[in-house]
Amino acid sequence: MSVDKDTVNKIARLSRIAISDAEADKMVGELNGILAWVEQLGEVDVTGVEPMTAVIPNKLRLRDDVVTDGDVRDKVLANAPAREGSFFGVPKVIE
Amino acid sequence: MTDFSRLGVAAIRDGVANGEFKAVEVAEALNARVAAAKALNAFIVETPEMAVAAAQAVDADRAAGKPLGKMAGVPIGMKDLFCTEGVQTTAASHMLEGFVPTYESTVSANLWKAGAGMLGKLNLDQFAMGSSNETSYFGNVISPWRRNNGDNAALAPGGSSGGSSSAIAARLCPAATGTDTGGSIRQPAAFVGISGIKPTYGRCSRWGVVAFASSLDQAGPMARDVRDCAIMLEAMAGFDPKDSTSLDLPVPAWEAALNSDLKGKRIGIPREYRLDGIDEDIAKMWDNGIAWLKDAGAEIVDISLPHTKYALPAYYIIAPAEASSNLARYDGVRFGLRDLPEGAGLQDMYAATRAAGFGEEVRRRIMIGTYVLSAGFYDAYYTQAQKVRALIARDFENAWASCDLILAPTAPSAAFGLGEKNADPLSMYLNDVFAVPASLAGLPAMSVPGGLDKQGLPLGLQIIGKALDEQAVLNAGLAIEQRSGFTAEAGEWW
Repeated sequence: MSVDKDTVNKIARLSRIAISDAEADKMVGELNGILAWVEQLGEVDVTGVEPMTAVIPNKLRLRDDVVTDGDVRDKVLANAPAREGSFFGVPKVIE
Repeated sequence: MTDFSRLGVAAIRDGVANGEFKAVEVAEALNARVAAAKALNAFIVETPEMAVAAAQAVDADRAAGKPLGKMAGVPIGMKDLFCTEGVQTTAASHMLEGFVPTYESTVSANLWKAGAGMLGKLNLDQFAMGSSNETSYFGNVISPWRRNNGDNAALAPGGSSGGSSSAIAARLCPAATGTDTGGSIRQPAAFVGISGIKPTYGRCSRWGVVAFASSLDQAGPMARDVRDCAIMLEAMAGFDPKDSTSLDLPVPAWEAALNSDLKGKRIGIPREYRLDGIDEDIAKMWDNGIAWLKDAGAEIVDISLPHTKYALPAYYIIAPAEASSNLARYDGVRFGLRDLPEGAGLQDMYAATRAAGFGEEVRRRIMIGTYVLSAGFYDAYYTQAQKVRALIARDFENAWASCDLILAPTAPSAAFGLGEKNADPLSMYLNDVFAVPASLAGLPAMSVPGGLDKQGLPLGLQIIGKALDEQAVLNAGLAIEQRSGFTAEAGEWW
Protein backbone atom coordinates (compact mmCIF):
# COMPACT_ATOMS: atom_id res chain seq x y z
CA MET A 1 0.00 0.00 0.00
CA SER A 2 1.27 3.46 -0.73
CA VAL A 3 -0.05 6.96 -0.24
CA ASP A 4 -0.45 9.78 -2.74
CA LYS A 5 -0.70 13.49 -2.11
CA ASP A 6 -4.47 13.41 -1.73
CA THR A 7 -4.16 10.73 0.93
CA VAL A 8 -1.49 12.75 2.76
CA ASN A 9 -3.78 15.76 2.76
CA LYS A 10 -6.59 13.60 4.08
CA ILE A 11 -4.40 12.19 6.88
CA ALA A 12 -3.33 15.72 7.77
CA ARG A 13 -6.98 16.76 7.95
CA LEU A 14 -7.83 13.78 10.17
CA SER A 15 -4.81 14.64 12.35
CA ARG A 16 -5.91 18.28 12.56
CA ILE A 17 -2.51 19.45 11.37
CA ALA A 18 -2.30 22.19 8.76
CA ILE A 19 0.26 21.39 6.06
CA SER A 20 1.47 23.36 3.09
CA ASP A 21 1.63 22.00 -0.43
CA ALA A 22 5.40 21.63 -0.21
CA GLU A 23 5.14 19.80 3.11
CA ALA A 24 2.57 17.42 1.65
CA ASP A 25 4.88 16.64 -1.28
CA LYS A 26 7.76 15.89 1.08
CA MET A 27 5.53 13.81 3.34
CA VAL A 28 4.43 11.56 0.44
CA GLY A 29 7.98 10.27 0.06
CA GLU A 30 8.64 9.94 3.80
CA LEU A 31 5.41 8.14 4.59
CA ASN A 32 5.85 5.78 1.65
CA GLY A 33 9.38 4.97 2.79
CA ILE A 34 8.18 4.10 6.28
CA LEU A 35 5.09 2.23 5.06
CA ALA A 36 7.12 0.15 2.59
CA TRP A 37 9.38 -0.82 5.47
CA VAL A 38 6.60 -1.81 7.90
CA GLU A 39 4.96 -3.79 5.10
CA GLN A 40 7.29 -6.71 5.98
CA LEU A 41 5.00 -7.49 8.92
CA GLY A 42 2.68 -9.01 6.34
CA GLU A 43 5.13 -11.93 5.97
CA VAL A 44 4.56 -13.08 9.54
CA ASP A 45 2.20 -16.01 9.99
CA VAL A 46 -0.19 -14.84 12.70
CA THR A 47 -2.73 -17.62 12.35
CA GLY A 48 -4.46 -18.13 15.67
CA VAL A 49 -2.56 -15.29 17.39
CA GLU A 50 -4.59 -12.82 19.44
CA PRO A 51 -3.46 -9.19 19.17
CA MET A 52 -1.71 -8.12 22.34
CA THR A 53 -3.71 -5.88 24.65
CA ALA A 54 -1.56 -5.88 27.81
CA VAL A 55 2.15 -6.65 28.14
CA ILE A 56 1.97 -7.62 31.79
CA PRO A 57 -1.15 -9.49 32.94
CA ASN A 58 -3.05 -7.01 35.06
CA LYS A 59 -6.68 -6.58 36.03
CA LEU A 60 -8.39 -3.24 35.60
CA ARG A 61 -9.36 -2.08 39.05
CA LEU A 62 -12.67 -0.47 39.87
CA ARG A 63 -12.48 2.56 42.08
CA ASP A 64 -15.05 3.54 44.66
CA ASP A 65 -18.07 5.21 43.12
CA VAL A 66 -17.52 8.64 44.63
CA VAL A 67 -16.94 12.10 43.22
CA THR A 68 -13.19 12.65 42.75
CA ASP A 69 -13.09 15.79 40.61
CA GLY A 70 -10.88 17.36 43.26
CA ASP A 71 -12.75 20.67 43.38
CA VAL A 72 -9.84 22.34 41.63
CA ARG A 73 -11.52 24.45 38.94
CA ASP A 74 -8.97 27.23 39.02
CA LYS A 75 -6.10 24.78 38.77
CA VAL A 76 -7.74 23.14 35.77
CA LEU A 77 -8.15 26.53 34.11
CA ALA A 78 -4.76 27.87 35.12
CA ASN A 79 -3.04 27.01 31.82
CA ALA A 80 -5.94 27.82 29.49
CA PRO A 81 -4.75 29.99 26.59
CA ALA A 82 -8.04 31.97 26.65
CA ARG A 83 -9.96 31.64 29.88
CA GLU A 84 -13.35 33.31 30.02
CA GLY A 85 -14.67 33.42 33.55
CA SER A 86 -14.89 29.83 34.67
CA PHE A 87 -14.85 28.49 31.11
CA PHE A 88 -12.37 27.65 28.36
CA GLY A 89 -12.79 30.24 25.63
CA VAL A 90 -12.95 29.09 22.01
CA PRO A 91 -13.76 30.81 18.72
CA LYS A 92 -17.46 31.07 17.97
CA VAL A 93 -18.74 27.69 16.76
CA ILE A 94 -22.46 28.37 16.20
CA GLU A 95 -23.66 31.38 14.25
CA MET B 1 37.66 19.47 50.11
CA THR B 2 35.34 16.86 48.66
CA ASP B 3 34.64 17.15 44.95
CA PHE B 4 30.91 16.47 45.15
CA SER B 5 30.64 15.98 41.39
CA ARG B 6 32.59 12.73 41.83
CA LEU B 7 30.10 11.25 44.30
CA GLY B 8 27.25 9.01 43.25
CA VAL B 9 23.83 8.57 44.82
CA ALA B 10 24.97 6.09 47.50
CA ALA B 11 28.02 8.16 48.44
CA ILE B 12 26.02 11.38 48.81
CA ARG B 13 23.23 9.67 50.74
CA ASP B 14 25.70 7.97 53.11
CA GLY B 15 27.89 11.06 53.51
CA VAL B 16 24.90 13.19 54.44
CA ALA B 17 23.51 10.52 56.78
CA ASN B 18 26.89 10.10 58.51
CA GLY B 19 27.41 13.85 58.86
CA GLU B 20 30.55 13.93 56.69
CA PHE B 21 29.08 16.88 54.81
CA LYS B 22 25.84 18.81 54.60
CA ALA B 23 23.28 18.20 51.90
CA VAL B 24 23.34 21.94 51.18
CA GLU B 25 27.04 21.79 50.30
CA VAL B 26 26.31 19.12 47.71
CA ALA B 27 23.38 21.04 46.24
CA GLU B 28 25.39 24.25 45.96
CA ALA B 29 28.36 22.50 44.35
CA LEU B 30 26.17 20.81 41.74
CA ASN B 31 24.12 23.97 41.11
CA ALA B 32 27.40 25.65 40.20
CA ARG B 33 28.35 22.83 37.84
CA VAL B 34 24.97 22.98 36.13
CA ALA B 35 25.26 26.74 35.71
CA ALA B 36 28.73 26.39 34.18
CA ALA B 37 27.75 23.73 31.62
CA LYS B 38 25.42 25.69 29.36
CA ALA B 39 27.37 24.54 26.30
CA LEU B 40 25.89 21.05 26.72
CA ASN B 41 22.31 22.43 26.64
CA ALA B 42 21.29 19.57 28.94
CA PHE B 43 18.80 21.60 30.97
CA ILE B 44 15.74 23.46 29.72
CA VAL B 45 15.09 25.03 33.12
CA GLU B 46 17.47 25.25 36.08
CA THR B 47 16.00 25.22 39.59
CA PRO B 48 18.93 25.87 41.93
CA GLU B 49 16.68 27.24 44.66
CA MET B 50 14.67 24.02 44.74
CA ALA B 51 17.82 21.91 45.05
CA VAL B 52 18.93 24.04 47.98
CA ALA B 53 15.51 24.02 49.66
CA ALA B 54 15.29 20.22 49.48
CA ALA B 55 18.82 19.94 50.88
CA GLN B 56 18.06 22.33 53.74
CA ALA B 57 15.03 20.22 54.64
CA VAL B 58 17.22 17.09 54.74
CA ASP B 59 19.86 18.82 56.86
CA ALA B 60 17.16 20.02 59.25
CA ASP B 61 15.66 16.54 59.50
CA ARG B 62 19.05 15.06 60.26
CA ALA B 63 19.76 17.70 62.90
CA ALA B 64 16.40 16.91 64.47
CA GLY B 65 17.21 13.19 64.48
CA LYS B 66 14.40 12.33 62.10
CA PRO B 67 14.73 9.30 59.80
CA LEU B 68 16.08 10.15 56.33
CA GLY B 69 14.72 8.90 53.00
CA LYS B 70 16.39 6.61 50.46
CA MET B 71 17.62 9.56 48.41
CA ALA B 72 18.12 12.05 51.23
CA GLY B 73 20.36 14.90 50.16
CA VAL B 74 20.83 13.70 46.58
CA PRO B 75 20.27 16.40 43.95
CA ILE B 76 19.04 14.99 40.66
CA GLY B 77 17.98 16.08 37.20
CA MET B 78 14.35 15.59 36.17
CA LYS B 79 13.60 14.75 32.54
CA ASP B 80 11.25 17.46 31.30
CA LEU B 81 8.58 14.88 30.54
CA PHE B 82 7.59 14.65 34.23
CA CYS B 83 5.07 17.23 35.38
CA THR B 84 6.48 19.29 38.23
CA GLU B 85 4.17 21.54 40.17
CA GLY B 86 5.00 25.20 39.63
CA VAL B 87 7.90 24.46 37.27
CA GLN B 88 7.51 24.67 33.50
CA THR B 89 7.09 21.26 31.86
CA THR B 90 7.49 21.25 28.08
CA ALA B 91 8.27 17.73 26.79
CA ALA B 92 10.81 19.81 24.81
CA SER B 93 8.00 21.10 22.61
CA HIS B 94 6.83 24.54 21.56
CA MET B 95 3.31 23.21 22.19
CA LEU B 96 3.92 23.11 25.95
CA GLU B 97 6.30 26.08 26.20
CA GLY B 98 5.16 28.02 29.25
CA PHE B 99 2.99 25.19 30.58
CA VAL B 100 3.27 25.19 34.37
CA PRO B 101 1.60 22.12 35.90
CA THR B 102 -0.57 22.56 38.94
CA TYR B 103 0.24 19.03 40.06
CA GLU B 104 3.25 16.76 40.53
CA SER B 105 3.88 13.47 38.73
CA THR B 106 3.82 10.43 41.01
CA VAL B 107 7.40 9.45 40.20
CA SER B 108 8.83 12.89 40.91
CA ALA B 109 6.70 13.18 44.07
CA ASN B 110 8.09 9.82 45.23
CA LEU B 111 11.62 11.09 44.69
CA TRP B 112 11.05 14.32 46.63
CA LYS B 113 9.44 12.29 49.43
CA ALA B 114 12.61 10.16 49.50
CA GLY B 115 14.67 13.31 50.09
CA ALA B 116 15.97 14.03 46.60
CA GLY B 117 16.16 17.61 45.33
CA MET B 118 15.73 19.01 41.83
CA LEU B 119 18.60 20.72 39.98
CA GLY B 120 16.42 21.39 36.95
CA LYS B 121 14.37 20.03 34.07
CA LEU B 122 16.37 18.09 31.51
CA ASN B 123 16.18 18.47 27.76
CA LEU B 124 14.97 15.55 25.63
CA ASP B 125 13.70 14.68 22.19
CA GLN B 126 10.39 16.41 21.62
CA PHE B 127 7.60 14.35 23.24
CA ALA B 128 10.32 11.69 23.72
CA MET B 129 10.30 10.99 19.98
CA GLY B 130 13.86 10.60 18.78
CA SER B 131 17.11 8.77 19.34
CA SER B 132 19.61 11.63 19.21
CA ASN B 133 18.06 14.57 21.07
CA GLU B 134 17.88 16.52 17.82
CA THR B 135 14.09 16.97 17.83
CA SER B 136 13.92 19.23 20.91
CA TYR B 137 12.37 22.65 20.34
CA PHE B 138 14.97 23.96 22.78
CA GLY B 139 17.98 22.91 20.73
CA ASN B 140 20.24 19.86 20.56
CA VAL B 141 21.81 18.44 23.66
CA ILE B 142 25.54 17.89 23.15
CA SER B 143 27.28 14.81 24.52
CA PRO B 144 30.28 15.58 26.71
CA TRP B 145 32.14 12.87 24.78
CA ARG B 146 34.32 13.50 21.75
CA ARG B 147 36.02 11.15 19.33
CA ASN B 148 39.73 10.53 19.87
CA ASN B 149 40.64 11.76 16.36
CA GLY B 150 40.70 15.39 17.42
CA ASP B 151 37.84 16.42 15.14
CA ASN B 152 35.86 17.83 18.10
CA ALA B 153 32.61 17.02 16.29
CA ALA B 154 29.50 17.48 18.43
CA LEU B 155 28.13 14.00 19.22
CA ALA B 156 24.60 12.89 20.04
CA PRO B 157 23.99 12.02 23.70
CA GLY B 158 21.34 9.53 22.52
CA GLY B 159 17.64 9.94 22.94
CA SER B 160 15.14 10.53 24.01
CA SER B 161 16.64 10.94 27.52
CA GLY B 162 19.62 12.85 26.10
CA GLY B 163 19.66 15.69 28.61
CA SER B 164 19.72 13.07 31.37
CA SER B 165 22.59 11.11 29.85
CA SER B 166 24.67 14.17 29.00
CA ALA B 167 24.23 15.72 32.47
CA ILE B 168 25.18 12.53 34.31
CA ALA B 169 28.19 11.80 32.11
CA ALA B 170 29.36 15.39 32.55
CA ARG B 171 28.95 14.96 36.34
CA LEU B 172 26.43 17.80 36.61
CA CYS B 173 24.24 15.43 38.62
CA PRO B 174 24.78 11.96 40.09
CA ALA B 175 21.54 10.63 38.65
CA ALA B 176 18.48 11.63 36.67
CA THR B 177 15.11 10.29 35.68
CA GLY B 178 14.60 8.87 32.23
CA THR B 179 11.68 7.38 30.39
CA ASP B 180 11.90 4.50 27.96
CA THR B 181 9.33 3.81 25.24
CA GLY B 182 11.60 2.01 22.76
CA GLY B 183 15.07 2.40 24.27
CA SER B 184 15.06 5.99 25.52
CA ILE B 185 16.84 5.15 28.79
CA ARG B 186 19.18 2.41 27.56
CA GLN B 187 20.46 3.88 24.29
CA PRO B 188 21.44 7.29 25.75
CA ALA B 189 23.04 5.52 28.74
CA ALA B 190 25.09 3.41 26.32
CA PHE B 191 26.11 6.47 24.26
CA VAL B 192 27.70 8.25 27.23
CA GLY B 193 29.08 5.36 29.30
CA ILE B 194 26.61 5.32 32.19
CA SER B 195 23.99 2.88 33.50
CA GLY B 196 20.22 2.99 33.20
CA ILE B 197 17.37 0.58 33.81
CA LYS B 198 13.89 0.39 32.37
CA PRO B 199 11.90 -1.64 34.90
CA THR B 200 9.02 -3.99 34.13
CA TYR B 201 6.06 -2.16 32.59
CA GLY B 202 3.85 -1.01 35.46
CA ARG B 203 6.56 -0.68 38.14
CA CYS B 204 6.71 3.11 37.91
CA SER B 205 3.54 5.13 37.70
CA ARG B 206 2.87 6.94 34.43
CA TRP B 207 0.65 9.48 36.19
CA GLY B 208 1.84 12.99 35.44
CA VAL B 209 4.30 11.86 32.77
CA VAL B 210 3.57 13.45 29.40
CA ALA B 211 2.25 10.49 27.41
CA PHE B 212 3.87 9.24 24.20
CA ALA B 213 2.83 5.57 23.73
CA SER B 214 1.04 4.46 26.85
CA SER B 215 1.44 0.69 26.44
CA LEU B 216 5.21 1.13 26.22
CA ASP B 217 6.11 4.21 28.31
CA GLN B 218 8.01 3.37 31.48
CA ALA B 219 10.11 5.58 33.74
CA GLY B 220 13.44 4.51 35.18
CA PRO B 221 16.67 5.82 36.71
CA MET B 222 19.95 6.71 35.01
CA ALA B 223 23.15 6.99 37.04
CA ARG B 224 26.88 6.28 36.94
CA ASP B 225 26.71 2.82 38.52
CA VAL B 226 24.40 -0.10 39.12
CA ARG B 227 23.96 0.42 42.86
CA ASP B 228 22.85 4.01 42.29
CA CYS B 229 20.28 2.80 39.75
CA ALA B 230 18.95 0.26 42.28
CA ILE B 231 18.60 2.92 44.98
CA MET B 232 16.83 5.37 42.73
CA LEU B 233 14.53 2.78 41.20
CA GLU B 234 13.37 1.84 44.71
CA ALA B 235 12.50 5.47 45.33
CA MET B 236 10.66 5.88 42.00
CA ALA B 237 8.66 2.64 41.86
CA GLY B 238 5.48 1.65 43.64
CA PHE B 239 1.77 1.12 43.21
CA ASP B 240 -0.27 4.15 42.21
CA PRO B 241 -4.06 3.93 41.99
CA LYS B 242 -3.98 6.92 39.60
CA ASP B 243 -2.37 4.80 36.85
CA SER B 244 -4.65 1.98 35.71
CA THR B 245 -1.67 -0.09 34.54
CA SER B 246 0.33 0.38 37.75
CA LEU B 247 1.30 -2.96 39.32
CA ASP B 248 -0.12 -3.46 42.80
CA LEU B 249 3.03 -5.07 44.17
CA PRO B 250 5.46 -4.16 46.94
CA VAL B 251 8.75 -2.55 45.86
CA PRO B 252 11.59 -5.04 46.43
CA ALA B 253 14.70 -3.98 48.35
CA TRP B 254 16.83 -4.09 45.21
CA GLU B 255 19.86 -2.36 46.69
CA ALA B 256 20.09 -4.57 49.76
CA ALA B 257 19.81 -7.73 47.64
CA LEU B 258 22.51 -6.76 45.10
CA ASN B 259 24.74 -9.78 44.54
CA SER B 260 27.13 -10.25 41.64
CA ASP B 261 27.58 -13.99 42.20
CA LEU B 262 25.72 -15.44 39.21
CA LYS B 263 26.16 -19.16 40.01
CA GLY B 264 23.14 -21.07 38.76
CA LYS B 265 22.06 -18.28 36.37
CA ARG B 266 21.78 -19.10 32.68
CA ILE B 267 22.47 -16.25 30.27
CA GLY B 268 20.87 -16.47 26.84
CA ILE B 269 22.71 -15.10 23.81
CA PRO B 270 20.11 -14.45 21.09
CA ARG B 271 21.52 -15.45 17.71
CA GLU B 272 19.17 -13.10 15.85
CA TYR B 273 20.88 -10.10 17.45
CA ARG B 274 24.14 -10.99 15.71
CA LEU B 275 23.20 -9.00 12.63
CA ASP B 276 25.06 -9.32 9.36
CA GLY B 277 27.68 -6.63 9.23
CA ILE B 278 27.63 -6.04 12.99
CA ASP B 279 30.22 -3.46 14.06
CA GLU B 280 33.34 -5.36 15.08
CA ASP B 281 33.88 -3.29 18.24
CA ILE B 282 30.29 -4.08 19.26
CA ALA B 283 30.85 -7.79 18.58
CA LYS B 284 34.05 -7.74 20.63
CA MET B 285 32.37 -5.97 23.54
CA TRP B 286 29.55 -8.51 23.45
CA ASP B 287 32.11 -11.36 23.63
CA ASN B 288 33.78 -9.62 26.58
CA GLY B 289 30.40 -9.38 28.29
CA ILE B 290 29.85 -13.09 27.81
CA ALA B 291 33.28 -13.82 29.33
CA TRP B 292 32.60 -11.55 32.33
CA LEU B 293 29.26 -13.19 33.09
CA LYS B 294 30.86 -16.64 32.76
CA ASP B 295 33.55 -15.50 35.18
CA ALA B 296 30.78 -14.46 37.60
CA GLY B 297 29.53 -18.03 37.61
CA ALA B 298 26.81 -17.92 34.98
CA GLU B 299 26.23 -20.53 32.32
CA ILE B 300 26.00 -19.23 28.75
CA VAL B 301 23.35 -20.68 26.43
CA ASP B 302 22.56 -20.02 22.80
CA ILE B 303 18.93 -18.96 22.31
CA SER B 304 16.65 -17.93 19.48
CA LEU B 305 14.17 -15.03 19.40
CA PRO B 306 12.84 -15.73 15.90
CA HIS B 307 10.63 -12.64 15.48
CA THR B 308 13.35 -10.13 16.37
CA LYS B 309 13.53 -8.57 12.89
CA TYR B 310 9.84 -7.68 13.07
CA ALA B 311 10.08 -5.84 16.38
CA LEU B 312 11.14 -2.51 14.92
CA PRO B 313 8.48 -2.31 12.19
CA ALA B 314 5.82 -3.38 14.72
CA TYR B 315 7.04 -0.69 17.10
CA TYR B 316 6.85 1.96 14.37
CA ILE B 317 3.18 1.15 13.90
CA ILE B 318 2.18 0.74 17.55
CA ALA B 319 4.05 3.71 19.01
CA PRO B 320 2.85 6.27 16.41
CA ALA B 321 -0.71 4.89 16.67
CA GLU B 322 -0.75 5.44 20.41
CA ALA B 323 0.97 8.80 19.99
CA SER B 324 -1.61 10.04 17.50
CA SER B 325 -4.29 9.23 20.04
CA ASN B 326 -2.43 10.62 23.09
CA LEU B 327 -1.40 13.83 21.36
CA ALA B 328 -4.96 14.58 20.25
CA ARG B 329 -5.28 16.41 23.57
CA TYR B 330 -3.17 19.32 22.29
CA ASP B 331 -5.98 21.36 20.79
CA GLY B 332 -5.18 24.92 21.84
CA VAL B 333 -8.17 25.00 24.19
CA ARG B 334 -7.26 23.72 27.63
CA PHE B 335 -3.50 24.22 27.94
CA GLY B 336 -0.45 24.77 25.81
CA LEU B 337 -0.07 26.79 22.66
CA ARG B 338 -2.99 28.34 20.78
CA ASP B 339 -2.58 29.64 17.24
CA LEU B 340 -5.74 31.42 16.16
CA PRO B 341 -5.32 32.97 12.72
CA GLU B 342 -7.37 36.11 12.06
CA GLY B 343 -11.00 35.13 11.48
CA ALA B 344 -10.36 31.41 11.95
CA GLY B 345 -12.96 28.99 13.31
CA LEU B 346 -12.45 26.15 15.74
CA GLN B 347 -11.24 23.56 13.19
CA ASP B 348 -8.75 26.00 11.69
CA MET B 349 -7.52 26.83 15.15
CA TYR B 350 -6.86 23.16 15.90
CA ALA B 351 -4.97 22.69 12.64
CA ALA B 352 -2.94 25.90 12.97
CA THR B 353 -2.12 25.24 16.63
CA ARG B 354 -0.93 21.71 15.96
CA ALA B 355 1.11 22.73 12.91
CA ALA B 356 2.84 25.45 14.92
CA GLY B 357 3.22 23.54 18.18
CA PHE B 358 4.56 20.17 17.02
CA GLY B 359 8.00 19.67 15.50
CA GLU B 360 8.57 17.79 12.26
CA GLU B 361 9.19 14.34 13.78
CA VAL B 362 6.15 14.63 16.04
CA ARG B 363 3.92 15.64 13.11
CA ARG B 364 5.31 12.74 11.07
CA ARG B 365 4.53 10.21 13.80
CA ILE B 366 1.05 11.57 14.44
CA MET B 367 0.30 11.28 10.73
CA ILE B 368 1.64 7.72 10.48
CA GLY B 369 -0.39 6.81 13.55
CA THR B 370 -3.53 8.42 12.15
CA TYR B 371 -3.05 6.55 8.88
CA VAL B 372 -2.54 3.08 10.43
CA LEU B 373 -5.61 3.58 12.62
CA SER B 374 -7.83 4.91 9.85
CA ALA B 375 -10.80 3.05 8.39
CA GLY B 376 -9.71 0.37 5.94
CA PHE B 377 -6.12 0.16 7.19
CA TYR B 378 -6.58 -0.61 10.89
CA ASP B 379 -6.51 -4.40 10.55
CA ALA B 380 -3.74 -4.52 7.96
CA TYR B 381 -1.41 -2.36 10.04
CA TYR B 382 -2.42 -1.95 13.66
CA THR B 383 -4.04 -5.33 14.38
CA GLN B 384 -1.26 -7.11 12.50
CA ALA B 385 1.37 -5.22 14.52
CA GLN B 386 -0.32 -6.14 17.80
CA LYS B 387 -0.35 -9.79 16.74
CA VAL B 388 3.34 -9.63 15.88
CA ARG B 389 3.90 -7.98 19.24
CA ALA B 390 2.25 -10.99 20.91
CA LEU B 391 4.66 -13.27 19.00
CA ILE B 392 7.64 -11.19 20.12
CA ALA B 393 6.51 -11.52 23.74
CA ARG B 394 6.04 -15.26 23.18
CA ASP B 395 9.63 -15.52 21.84
CA PHE B 396 10.85 -14.25 25.22
CA GLU B 397 8.50 -16.59 27.11
CA ASN B 398 9.92 -19.53 25.15
CA ALA B 399 13.48 -18.33 25.78
CA TRP B 400 12.92 -18.32 29.55
CA ALA B 401 12.58 -22.10 29.37
CA SER B 402 16.32 -22.29 28.78
CA CYS B 403 17.71 -19.08 30.30
CA ASP B 404 17.16 -16.56 33.12
CA LEU B 405 18.60 -13.44 31.50
CA ILE B 406 19.56 -12.29 28.03
CA LEU B 407 22.76 -10.44 27.12
CA ALA B 408 23.01 -8.31 23.97
CA PRO B 409 24.46 -5.00 22.84
CA THR B 410 22.34 -1.96 23.73
CA ALA B 411 22.76 -0.20 20.38
CA PRO B 412 24.29 -1.22 17.04
CA SER B 413 26.90 1.57 17.15
CA ALA B 414 28.61 4.10 19.37
CA ALA B 415 27.30 7.67 19.47
CA PHE B 416 27.04 9.29 16.05
CA GLY B 417 27.59 12.93 15.22
CA LEU B 418 24.75 15.43 15.40
CA GLY B 419 23.26 15.79 11.93
CA GLU B 420 24.68 12.49 10.66
CA LYS B 421 21.46 10.51 10.75
CA ASN B 422 18.59 12.94 10.55
CA ALA B 423 18.25 13.17 6.78
CA ASP B 424 16.37 9.87 6.67
CA PRO B 425 13.93 9.03 9.48
CA LEU B 426 14.37 5.29 8.86
CA SER B 427 18.11 5.25 9.47
CA MET B 428 17.49 6.93 12.84
CA TYR B 429 14.77 4.40 13.72
CA LEU B 430 17.18 1.50 13.05
CA ASN B 431 19.34 2.64 15.96
CA ASP B 432 16.72 1.19 18.33
CA VAL B 433 16.92 -2.31 16.84
CA PHE B 434 18.25 -4.03 20.00
CA ALA B 435 16.26 -1.96 22.49
CA VAL B 436 12.74 -2.23 21.11
CA PRO B 437 11.98 -5.97 21.56
CA ALA B 438 12.18 -5.77 25.39
CA SER B 439 9.96 -2.68 25.30
CA LEU B 440 7.31 -4.44 23.24
CA ALA B 441 7.33 -7.31 25.75
CA GLY B 442 7.27 -4.99 28.81
CA LEU B 443 10.42 -6.62 30.25
CA PRO B 444 13.00 -5.06 32.56
CA ALA B 445 16.18 -4.17 30.68
CA MET B 446 19.34 -2.35 31.61
CA SER B 447 22.35 -0.87 29.87
CA VAL B 448 25.76 -0.85 31.54
CA PRO B 449 29.07 0.35 30.07
CA GLY B 450 30.89 -2.41 28.16
CA GLY B 451 34.00 -0.62 26.95
CA LEU B 452 35.21 1.88 24.38
CA ASP B 453 35.32 1.52 20.62
CA LYS B 454 38.21 2.46 18.33
CA GLN B 455 37.07 6.09 18.31
CA GLY B 456 37.33 6.17 22.12
CA LEU B 457 33.55 6.28 22.55
CA PRO B 458 31.54 4.24 25.11
CA LEU B 459 29.53 1.17 24.16
CA GLY B 460 26.74 -0.38 26.21
CA LEU B 461 25.84 -3.95 27.12
CA GLN B 462 22.17 -4.70 27.59
CA ILE B 463 20.72 -7.20 30.05
CA ILE B 464 17.08 -8.23 29.60
CA GLY B 465 15.26 -10.08 32.38
CA LYS B 466 11.99 -11.82 33.08
CA ALA B 467 9.01 -9.69 34.04
CA LEU B 468 9.41 -8.41 37.63
CA ASP B 469 12.95 -9.77 37.92
CA GLU B 470 14.77 -6.44 38.07
CA GLN B 471 16.97 -7.97 40.77
CA ALA B 472 18.56 -10.48 38.40
CA VAL B 473 19.07 -7.73 35.82
CA LEU B 474 20.76 -5.46 38.37
CA ASN B 475 22.90 -8.33 39.69
CA ALA B 476 24.17 -9.20 36.22
CA GLY B 477 24.79 -5.50 35.60
CA LEU B 478 26.85 -5.37 38.79
CA ALA B 479 28.84 -8.46 37.75
CA ILE B 480 29.71 -6.75 34.45
CA GLU B 481 30.53 -3.47 36.18
CA GLN B 482 32.96 -5.23 38.55
CA ARG B 483 34.79 -6.89 35.66
CA SER B 484 34.73 -4.36 32.84
CA GLY B 485 37.06 -1.91 34.56
CA PHE B 486 35.19 0.91 32.85
CA THR B 487 36.51 4.18 34.27
CA ALA B 488 36.73 6.28 31.12
CA GLU B 489 35.10 9.69 31.22
CA ALA B 490 34.68 12.61 28.91
CA GLY B 491 37.25 15.39 29.06
CA GLU B 492 35.82 18.61 30.48
CA TRP B 493 35.88 20.88 27.40
CA TRP B 494 32.68 22.83 28.07
